Amino acid sequence: MLADKDRIFTNLYGTEDFGLKAARARGDWDGTKDLLAKGRDWIVDEVKASGLRGRGGAGFPAGVKWSFMPKESDGRPSYLVVNADEGEPGTCKDRDMLRHDPHKLVEGCLVAGFSMNAVAAYIYIRGEFFREAEALQAAIDQAYEAGLIGKDSCGSGYAFDVFLHRGAGAYICGEEMALIESLEGKKGQPRLKPPFPAGSGVWGCPTTVNNVETIAVAPTILRRGGAWFAGFGRENNTGTKVFCISGHVNAPCNVEEEMSIPLKELIETHAGGVRGGWDNLLAVIPGGSSTPMIPKSVCDTVLMDFDALKEAKSGLGTAAVIVMDKSTDLVRAIARLSKFYMHESCGQCTPCREGTGWMWRVMERMATGEADVEEIDLLLDVTYQVDGHTICALGDGAAWPIQGLIRHFRPELEERLLADKLAPQKAAE
Amino acid sequence: MPTLTIDGIEVTVEPGSTVLQACEQIGIEIPRFCYHDRLEIAGNCRMCLVEMERSPKPIASCAMPAADGQVISTNTPQVKKDRNGVMEFLLINHPLDCPICDQGGECDLQDQAMAYGHDRSRFDENKRAVTDKDLGPLISTHMTRCIHCTRCIRFLTDVAGVAELGAMGRGEHMEIGTFVEQALTSELSGNIIDVCPVGALNSKPYAYSARSWELEHTESIDVHDAVGSNIRVDARGQEVMRVLPRLHEDINEEWISDKTRFANDGLRLGRLDTPYVRGKDGKLVPANWDDALDVVAKRLKAAGGEKIAAIAGDMACAESMMALKDLFDGLGSPNIDCRQDGAALGDSARAGYLFNTTIAGIEDADVCLLVGTNPRWEAPLINARLRKRFMRGGFKVYSVGPELDLTFPAENLGAGPETLAAMANHKAAKELAKAAKGMIIVGQGALARSDGAAVLAAARTIAEDWGWVSDDWNGFNVLHTAAARVAGLDLGLLPGKGGRDVAGIKAAAASGDIEVVYLLGADEIDRGDLGDAFVIYQGHHGDAGAQGADAILPGAAYTEKDATWVNTEGRVQLGRRAVFPPGKAREDWAIVRALSGVMGSALPYDNLDALRARMEKAAPHFADVDDVPYAKWGAFGKAGKVDKAAFKSPIDDFYMTDAICRASETMAKCSLEILGSGEQATGTDG
Repeated sequence: MLADKDRIFTNLYGTEDFGLKAARARGDWDGTKDLLAKGRDWIVDEVKASGLRGRGGAGFPAGVKWSFMPKESDGRPSYLVVNADEGEPGTCKDRDMLRHDPHKLVEGCLVAGFSMNAVAAYIYIRGEFFREAEALQAAIDQAYEAGLIGKDSCGSGYAFDVFLHRGAGAYICGEEMALIESLEGKKGQPRLKPPFPAGSGVWGCPTTVNNVETIAVAPTILRRGGAWFAGFGRENNTGTKVFCISGHVNAPCNVEEEMSIPLKELIETHAGGVRGGWDNLLAVIPGGSSTPMIPKSVCDTVLMDFDALKEAKSGLGTAAVIVMDKSTDLVRAIARLSKFYMHESCGQCTPCREGTGWMWRVMERMATGEADVEEIDLLLDVTYQVDGHTICALGDGAAWPIQGLIRHFRPELEERLLADKLAPQKAAE
Repeated sequence: MPTLTIDGIEVTVEPGSTVLQACEQIGIEIPRFCYHDRLEIAGNCRMCLVEMERSPKPIASCAMPAADGQVISTNTPQVKKDRNGVMEFLLINHPLDCPICDQGGECDLQDQAMAYGHDRSRFDENKRAVTDKDLGPLISTHMTRCIHCTRCIRFLTDVAGVAELGAMGRGEHMEIGTFVEQALTSELSGNIIDVCPVGALNSKPYAYSARSWELEHTESIDVHDAVGSNIRVDARGQEVMRVLPRLHEDINEEWISDKTRFANDGLRLGRLDTPYVRGKDGKLVPANWDDALDVVAKRLKAAGGEKIAAIAGDMACAESMMALKDLFDGLGSPNIDCRQDGAALGDSARAGYLFNTTIAGIEDADVCLLVGTNPRWEAPLINARLRKRFMRGGFKVYSVGPELDLTFPAENLGAGPETLAAMANHKAAKELAKAAKGMIIVGQGALARSDGAAVLAAARTIAEDWGWVSDDWNGFNVLHTAAARVAGLDLGLLPGKGGRDVAGIKAAAASGDIEVVYLLGADEIDRGDLGDAFVIYQGHHGDAGAQGADAILPGAAYTEKDATWVNTEGRVQLGRRAVFPPGKAREDWAIVRALSGVMGSALPYDNLDALRARMEKAAPHFADVDDVPYAKWGAFGKAGKVDKAAFKSPIDDFYMTDAICRASETMAKCSLEILGSGEQATGTDG
């Protein structure tokens, strides 16, 4: 279990004020000028050394990503964009950071932005996060007022602005390219890659898009050293991480823990255990709704990190653990997720636009038992026709939950579909 | 230059190419719906997926830049499976109503479904239905068929420059539409029918009237403006069913204007299909050719050389103009003119009345000064080329004349010729003079005025003073609006020694000095201006020119004859006959030739080849078809005092510029619904 002294988000639960004074008391904005004075390369190297991987889901090494930004401007300014459009079902970590610890993010914007020579950071916050936007804006205003950001950030001579931009509540705008489009005032639809944002992002300028958590942990990493951060978790899966535990647990919560903590330990230590005891567990969606579920047998031993979950044919995603006990109708649960993806598909590219609706309709009929057993293979085939064929990862995210369901619970699924077909027959007998 | 391997074949491509282009270069065909050579890349249909080494996912070849060392596979079972999957998705919500779809037989989806489609559907759910949209009088929609490739959106936004279509809604509820229902206002809107790969956007006037395989295709040239767009005329029997663009990189690329495309119903309405002669009671009476030619010949002979005059109209072909000129030369009449509008052009160097920069050359220009012209209406495709150049950046457009909405910004420097005359002192002059490859476009609105020659001279001075005319760049351009004009000037249909021009002819006819006026398709001449003169009208429509005529000789429209046209660049092009002229109407040059025979002074050619040889003698460049020969710079225009009156574009109504358009019901609808021009006229509605 992570010791309190090693927690980065010390006000995750809002026990203290979010404001500048309280944040300073928690250690934020401490010696930021000195961090900047150590230079851009030092920051990037330190983040690389920490092994910090992007906390938004894909897990790309943050330091490497920052190092893709041009060292010398070709006349275009560089931008840092913070993805605060947290919309993945099950995920609610950024939300608590934004409302209770916004100064971590603002300071992170400054150090990360400085490391990539950005002129400004744009924080794209989910539209529904109204109070969170208020808190964050207040934090930004406080930072400007205290001279921490602005024309002469922390007295370092470095000019840096932070802007808050509120989204309008589309899940797809959490995809980095759609977020950039939306930020530019266009319809939120993912752009094609390449070019990647580091080459041409917001308004055609070099841009790095990072998750709130990735940016918010950066100042602490720099202050305590990359090696400290790298000391947690397994190799290549280092650091601390905020997990969101929801579903059939006794005490749903957000909790900062060490990476690579066993799933069972995470649930039992922090979330009060599964409702009805560990043996009542049916399956877990380990990383937000788009990661495939894992059955209890896997949950018994799996570690919560990128590589272990990948090995289990799932993913760490946003580390949003959705626990489902034996009372759960998994087919209905996944059918509901399918409906979500159909609803949130932007409609730009063919497989996702057409496939999400098809998958939902079949799932819906499976949930009610109207579908035929043969349709399981059809459905699986459709998911593979979507998976990997789309512009962005939403198509994959729509396909994976269904793949996870069929992978681990096919016999149960078949039984249900056959049972419903045989029911009238049985009744007649 | 990147070198990549595609299916084991090494290929080196231009930097900036995509994988799809690299595949095409070695003859590997990649299926596609959203990708279009001339539009921005969207990458949304996913039909062009290929495998790339070291990429875990298939890549969209249309959007992937070709890079050194890439290894691409386009023919693996996995690629085939990927494409089959995409095709299945495209078809699940497609109505498959090919038998009643106008696109049937020329549909990309149909064609590619042959290669990648299943023979049956696995989709057991209900299909999606989408409400059709009303996009105005030209484009019919069947939105249920739409596959959301967004080509139409990209065409209108990028090429046509009117962002009137967009995608609304998301996921499977995404729809293409105008948001607030409205008719598309672009002059190029019809091209979205061509870019649409399925039957979602179709031609409204053509709807359900023919199947594509019943049509006979004839490659020809458009005459509704002076651009000389390359077209394909599709006819069934003796009716022109539709007009489509034909690729010509240097002129229209693969677009045409709505007038070119949709005015074809005018070819069957209001036609002159028999000769007429005005009887004693003042009414026009149908006649046979012998009688009509007899009357005309007698009148011409009786009046004699000095007292007869000829005016060639805006859609006259070079052949008929040559014959007319030879006829009038033979009769000893110097009173001949091809400039109905009285434009001050053609008095000397050829470069003085051509679009010297050439249409493709616009793409090399860095600044453009428009003088008395609205290219958006006078030559929509030249405007599209200017926009294309503008979109690439580093191109500024200035205008002297009316305020313009060209789909790209044009800074207005002043309204009339005074601004032009004082251009050297204008505050914008410094910027303009700096340009290495500047161009000036002088419209007919600046030239068809009493001070036209002075305006022309002022424009020439500007081009010369700012160094826009050199050995390898000629930035001086005249934008014509009439398809016949350049050929007429080339062939010398200008007043001879002591001859009268159009204004002179009108005055002389009014005063009785001219007794017979021969109008070769000249529809813009007011009969009232011609006094009591005997008016012969040769042409294809019962338009203004025919109304007041005393004898009518029915001619052929541009789709009904093999004819030569010279566009505003000075490019000679050949139009071909798609259908025969209606009734007793005949090809125009043959009518003039027949008349000369009746008059007893037969012209020395009795077939098209001989006539064309005669044209080449008069103007050697007629031998160089589809070429823009170098036009030597020289003196033209006449320095003088200019008026105060502001320049005005010669076109008030884009859809109503010539006899064919005016006969077209479709063009009338456009004029009413898109420009709202009918509303004041009636005053009865509302």
